[in-house]
Amino acid sequence: MSGHTAEEIRGEIRKYWIVGFALFLLTIVTVGVSYLDLSVGLAIFVALLIACLKGGLVAAVFMHLISERQAIYALLLLTLVFFAALMLGPSFGRLASSAIG
Amino acid sequence: MSVLEQHPEEAHHEHPRESFWRRYVFSIDHKVIGIQYAFTALFFLLFGFTLMLLMRWQLAYPGRPLPLIGGLLGAANAPGGIMLPEFYNQLGAMHGTIMVFLAIVPLAVGAFGNYVVPLQIGAPDMAFPKLNMTSYWVYLPGGLIMLTSFLLPGGAANSGWTSYPPLSVTATIGQTAWLIGMVFLITSSLLGSVNFIVTIIQLRAKGLTFMRLPFFVWSQLVTAFLLLLAFPPLEAAGVLQLMDRLADTSFFMPSGLVVAGEVVRGAGGGSPLLWQHLFWFLAHPEVYVLILPAMGIVAEVIANNIRKPLWGYKALVYSVIGIGFMSFVVWAHHMFLTGMGTTISAFFQFTTLVISIPSVVILTALLLSLWGGSIRFTTPMHFALAFLPMFAIGGLTGLPLGLAPTDIHLHDTYYVIGHFHYVVAPGTIFAMFAGIYYWFPKITGRKMNDVLGKIHFWLSFVFINGIFAPMFLQGLAGVSRRLYDGGEQYAHAQPVLHWNQFMSYAAFLLFAAQLPFLFNLFWSIRKGEKVGDNPWEATTLEWAAAPSPPVAHGNFHEVPVVHRGPYEYSPPNDPDGFTPQHAAPQAG
Amino acid sequence: MQIPYTVAERPDTGLYNAKLGIWLFLASEVMLFGALFSSYILLRTGGGEGFLLGQDELNVPLAFVNTLVLIFSSVTIVMSWASLRLGDFAKYRLWMGMTILCALAFMGIKAVEYGAKFEHHLYPSTSNFLAIYFTLTGLHALHVVGGLIVNGYLWGPGAKMFASDPQRFINRVETAGLYWHFVDLVWIFLFPSLYLL
Repeated sequence: MSGHTAEEIRGEIRKYWIVGFALFLLTIVTVGVSYLDLSVGLAIFVALLIACLKGGLVAAVFMHLISERQAIYALLLLTLVFFAALMLGPSFGRLASSAIG
Repeated sequence: MSVLEQHPEEAHHEHPRESFWRRYVFSIDHKVIGIQYAFTALFFLLFGFTLMLLMRWQLAYPGRPLPLIGGLLGAANAPGGIMLPEFYNQLGAMHGTIMVFLAIVPLAVGAFGNYVVPLQIGAPDMAFPKLNMTSYWVYLPGGLIMLTSFLLPGGAANSGWTSYPPLSVTATIGQTAWLIGMVFLITSSLLGSVNFIVTIIQLRAKGLTFMRLPFFVWSQLVTAFLLLLAFPPLEAAGVLQLMDRLADTSFFMPSGLVVAGEVVRGAGGGSPLLWQHLFWFLAHPEVYVLILPAMGIVAEVIANNIRKPLWGYKALVYSVIGIGFMSFVVWAHHMFLTGMGTTISAFFQFTTLVISIPSVVILTALLLSLWGGSIRFTTPMHFALAFLPMFAIGGLTGLPLGLAPTDIHLHDTYYVIGHFHYVVAPGTIFAMFAGIYYWFPKITGRKMNDVLGKIHFWLSFVFINGIFAPMFLQGLAGVSRRLYDGGEQYAHAQPVLHWNQFMSYAAFLLFAAQLPFLFNLFWSIRKGEKVGDNPWEATTLEWAAAPSPPVAHGNFHEVPVVHRGPYEYSPPNDPDGFTPQHAAPQAG
Repeated sequence: MQIPYTVAERPDTGLYNAKLGIWLFLASEVMLFGALFSSYILLRTGGGEGFLLGQDELNVPLAFVNTLVLIFSSVTIVMSWASLRLGDFAKYRLWMGMTILCALAFMGIKAVEYGAKFEHHLYPSTSNFLAIYFTLTGLHALHVVGGLIVNGYLWGPGAKMFASDPQRFINRVETAGLYWHFVDLVWIFLFPSLYLL
């Protein structure tokens, strides 16, 4: 990250603290929501939504993905596709099958 | 930090002599590491081959004592020299494991990739030299763990290289050693793949754009991505299986399992299919890891020996990328017989057929390249040319396996063994030989003997087909794989049983055919015909811009700058010559 | 012999080598933890009675605290990197030290959690839920330990490099930080998946 002025770095520092605080709040929300007695599907959806939001903040701001280079985006997009295949494949396979196990 | 890193200007002057250990054992130089990988991998290749020779005796003469060495195998494995089925299973599981993970990949990627890629891109070394050294020194212990597992009580792993639970979870302690060995090997591979990708993206010489890369480098780049993203699920699965074996968890163990009269410990409720999904998620891309570097080598050797540019460079590049991507979404074609539903089955059949398209494109491009070429039948070219029809047979025989209706009959038969061996043995291994004969002069400054090389080729070509072609016949007749008696006790196997002896003799003769190669390899290191820096008159940087052998530290006397694509053979202004990638641009 | 772009960024990619390297490594880690999440999904939807045995015994408050600890440690490590870029070595030491303390606190709380489980005879073999719980959190904990070792080195003996080759050292801290954020990120998904759902 060469070429950033001290001013810019201090600006980033403010962002870090704001995001950190937001993450704290979102964690409280995560736990709070879990007491709400939602249906299974909805509970999973909300919990993962909040987790993705928190994860997204960590990635975008702390890992400065938001100002990162295209090469990294491309790598992560590729990984995401394979990650999806890995997550969905086995479970869809089981749902669609007649086999035991 | 070495002295050279602190004082780069000293690269051209005398530098303090490194200790023997630093120079030859714990070297961080990609060339030394590549050679370490090569010798280790070739040793494992030979070892895996001898395991198979033991099996082929048993298949030819089930229940007959092994001659000469039968007594050496020990009473636990072969009392009176007669191989026990348990030992046969160990040989089978370890042959596959050793060939795939300890021999071919380390040779194709660790040896050829390490040695050639930095040279072909004009780099002084890999991006992370110390990480490179670490990769090798994690691979070696992993391999040794696998080897020594034969000495454990109950012997080595014996549940196939695929280690399906519940069998593998209830197997002898050798399976635990297999799992631990795999963790080492996977770690080594992951570190290596990071190194290769960063090296290829970041260390290309000036002017070496992606579309000017030699196809070998492209194949290594895609291979590295496969290793990077496909191996971790197997590492996870390995950990889960270790826990099932050691901590009595039930990730893969269904409820109510009784083995040898005893109820299996643990809570149950697990899924044996989960292992299959995780295993094949890696193992399918793994087979592309086995073939892509080989295609890369074949492309280099063919380009060099037709004295004209390869046909369809762009098609080759897009195809290899396409293969890499598709290889992640075909895995369940190994699971067609697990009771999966028609939708899932249709999906994986579709993707499997789609992936055959870029494979055919690559083969076609290489074949079409020969048209109009001025072909030089050098020793490496013999192997590279043979690769084409051999890979074609391997690929075509894969089609009935990728289609579920026919796979129902062929799954787990010798047809499958024939199919994949055609791709890996007269396919990949021939490409490896091509690479050895081709790059030997770069590494040593000497050529291997051509007469011995051609004898090696012709004998190997004949005998290797002798081993694997009859397997299709046996498979079509319904002979299952992994039978310790080769099908002897089955009525449906009787008409094709006689092929067992034929194949076994072909295997023994194939072994004999490797002796001229081994002699040639070691003899030529000292006594081979001395050659100049670029004896093959090649255009790519490793030949044209670096001496043979390359400069010890930094590879090149002068860092090359690239001005053109990789295969400018017989250019218009010099029809009998060739233009190296880094030669100065033509005036005007 | 220098390896190019170890410190300076390569113009066309805009990256220095280790940054690309660490992102590649993190991509492989996504696949590693992904495989375990996928296994959890498959086993849980395949269910059967008794799968969830033990989930009620999980200590949500302690895990909640641990989540906050890790989030805070993400802030401290990025602060340590920012301090270095501002040239403030003392502040760097402070923030990196706090990151290490947070990691130790996380491990301590984990040890208390695991200890309580074992005391109540809840082991990986007790149910598949506990099996996946121990495996996922155990693997995550191993990654925390790995980060501890790297961060400890960068706080201690490795920090000497700031005097001789500051930009290279800043790159190392950035790389270590990216890894550490990933460890935090995995926990952000682990916490609701295992403790709350």
